[in-house]
Amino acid sequence: MPATDTMAETEDPLVREHRLRQQAAHETRRDTTVRIIRQTVTFVVFMGLLAALYAGYKEVGQAIDDRQHDWPVVGSVLPRTDDLTMPPIGKIIGQFGETPGGEDQIYVLILLDEALFTLREAFAGFMVGLVIGMAIALALAQWRRLEQGLLPFVIASQTIPLIAIAPIIVIWGRKNFDVFPWEWQDWMSVSIIATYLTFFPVAVNGLRGLQSPRPENQELMESYAANWAQTLWRLRLPASLPYLFAALKIAATASIVGAIVGEISSGVVGGLGRRILREAFNYTTGPDRLFASVLGAAALGIFVYLVVTGLERLVVGRQDKGATA
Amino acid sequence: MNALKGFSAPIVTGVVLFGLWEGVLALFNPQGFVLPAPSEIVGALIDNWSEVYQGARITGYVVVSGLLAGIIFGVLAALLVTRFRTANETITPLAVAINAIPIIALAPIFNNWFGLTSARSNQAIVVALVFFPIFINTTRGLTQVDRSQVELMESYAASRSRISREVRIPNAMPFFFTALKLSTSLAVIAAIVAEYFGGRQDALGPLITQSAGLTRYDDAWAAVLAGTTIGAVLYIVVTVLERVAMPWHSLIRSHREET
Amino acid sequence: MNVIEIRGATKVFNPGKGNQVEALAEIDLAVRPGEFVTLIGPSGCGKSTLLRLIAALIAPSTGSVEVNAKPAEQARLDRDYGMAFQTAGLFDWRTVSKNIELPLELMGWTKGDRRRRAKEMLELVKLGEFATHHPSELSGGMQQRVAIARALSFSPALLLMDEPFGALDEMTREHMQDELLRIWKETETTVVFVTHSIPEAVYLSTRVVVMSPRPGNIASVIEVDLGQRQASVRDDPAFHTKVTEVRVALRKVEE
Repeated sequence: MPATDTMAETEDPLVREHRLRQQAAHETRRDTTVRIIRQTVTFVVFMGLLAALYAGYKEVGQAIDDRQHDWPVVGSVLPRTDDLTMPPIGKIIGQFGETPGGEDQIYVLILLDEALFTLREAFAGFMVGLVIGMAIALALAQWRRLEQGLLPFVIASQTIPLIAIAPIIVIWGRKNFDVFPWEWQDWMSVSIIATYLTFFPVAVNGLRGLQSPRPENQELMESYAANWAQTLWRLRLPASLPYLFAALKIAATASIVGAIVGEISSGVVGGLGRRILREAFNYTTGPDRLFASVLGAAALGIFVYLVVTGLERLVVGRQDKGATA
Repeated sequence: MNALKGFSAPIVTGVVLFGLWEGVLALFNPQGFVLPAPSEIVGALIDNWSEVYQGARITGYVVVSGLLAGIIFGVLAALLVTRFRTANETITPLAVAINAIPIIALAPIFNNWFGLTSARSNQAIVVALVFFPIFINTTRGLTQVDRSQVELMESYAASRSRISREVRIPNAMPFFFTALKLSTSLAVIAAIVAEYFGGRQDALGPLITQSAGLTRYDDAWAAVLAGTTIGAVLYIVVTVLERVAMPWHSLIRSHREET
Repeated sequence: MNVIEIRGATKVFNPGKGNQVEALAEIDLAVRPGEFVTLIGPSGCGKSTLLRLIAALIAPSTGSVEVNAKPAEQARLDRDYGMAFQTAGLFDWRTVSKNIELPLELMGWTKGDRRRRAKEMLELVKLGEFATHHPSELSGGMQQRVAIARALSFSPALLLMDEPFGALDEMTREHMQDELLRIWKETETTVVFVTHSIPEAVYLSTRVVVMSPRPGNIASVIEVDLGQRQASVRDDPAFHTKVTEVRVALRKVEE
């Protein structure tokens, strides 16, 4: 049947199948754009709903409060609704454009400065945590006995509430870290907290990722007589990236939380955490400033998350997730 | 024999680690009072037993009650959201992004809402912190099911709730328990940090900061140890529950480890 | 000189333990240059294990395995063979071209040489236009063709294949078999091929090795000579006679 043979030459069935796949992929790409737009819209709508809920509760609660002071729910189980407890949304938003007494910048710029300070602390700690976490993952992946022995302690280490003992770390840092060639700054102690929160998810997911290649892929590298470093660099590390990014998303936001809480409990000056603490002390004179600064912290958290997610799309986005699983 | 085998490595590592810690401090003692030796911490724990025990009880109450409420809210929200496809596709990514917010920063606001000296604001923080991982993971588990399993059930003309019970919920179990394990340590940390901002003054959080402020570091670490113990106990409870709830899962896992 | 020379090779997994498995018992097999040898048998007959002994991915418990007149382990270190697996096993993070270049990178080829060879190999498997695609953008059959191109990229004299078409649908599978035969002729490689499809074994091979399970052993060896292979051979009575012959041999093994 020479007819079918020439058909195979010109119209390779595999290539035809590929063309169909390309069409499907094109549709998926369009779906991605739609999804991003839809998510942005949802986010805006959600924030609007949240604001409406806040304002609505304030309105209704106020009305109940005004009429019946001894109603036990509002003010005990549910928060009170006076302007001191729940400042109006307009005032909170307006606060961003105002210049607080004793400052020469509008509030949103002050928050931006402080957010950058906190970001630097978190980033420094995050990078160190990434290196330590990967080192642990590599060691555990290499020696099975070590994995059995050490992994429970890596997990247990996370139950130590290090962010709560930030003041101890700051004092410790001042006393004990003069071994480094540079002068130890207090913010570096806060970074240690970010490191501590980062290394754990990186180590656990990194280990899973390094162990993720299928046996065939391992055997393929063996059939090439590839050495340990070659297998690591060309197979295990790239294979671990999707797992690693899942950990980085957790770690990045955790290091921001760690930095903010670390600043609060250690008294390190200059960042968002310190700002929140200060506004909490001055609550009675400017409750809307506290709300605005907390919103700033929330924005920083979401910003960092979006950066890592974008980076993930860039690095592992072209691989099909289904093919990795 | 085999059961002991799994534990021997961690025990050996533990003995070595703590031995090193104790030994290094005994040999070099670098102004070592900030990180006391394990023996000193245990000593402080015995000396301050009543204080630490009281703190652990209060913090433990905040942790457990917040954890339970967070689990209930999280699971209910996941069940609700997965009923509606569009709601699921839009709300779940949103929840993942919101999970990136440093919720502990809400503590001063919650203190004003729920009262500075009551434990309720601390509970609220724990609930908010536990809610998101439970919600996100349970939603994933309920939706990321094997299509063919659902189709099999549909071929039996099974009702929606029946498919949920037979396929979706069992599939969600491992996801749920993973989030639950994560939540136990999150809840302890959240409670202690929240207590630093306010709440009852005899809880573990204030105990840690007050001791540290008085440079009684061994006392501070004794309180930290109490917090760690709460986390560890909860973790073990969850692990046991996991084995009971999903006997098939641990079977699969041990089989995999053998091969 | 034989490409593969196996003498009295046995394989026991977990020796001396409770879960001890005798996978292969005293295998003797020689493969001449240019042969296309297929290993076929029911699951548990050790055909994949035998292939891995040749590849030196596992060591025999007793006996010897020689490839190109040297110990199999040395042949692995010298990269004397290329291997393809049941799943294409392409690296998702590399483009098609980069996947083919992988073994060349490990052997220290220069970038220019690698590019040129990858291009040649893609022409050979008729995927020239897909060099910059990622594996996930290709269909299963195309991925498997890339895997074959990767295995052949450094021109090994021996190609080891472990059920490479097992996961493909019947149409694609027959197409791939014709492709493989064309490449085999063009490159004059020796092939050892594991399968559990009888028509596939007969269509591809010059020799079919039928194996029996528990412990794995060679039950019979069937020579196949169907002349010039092309799609029409599948309808040839001689082809069906051979298929029946292999089927009868396998049935004996099952009893």
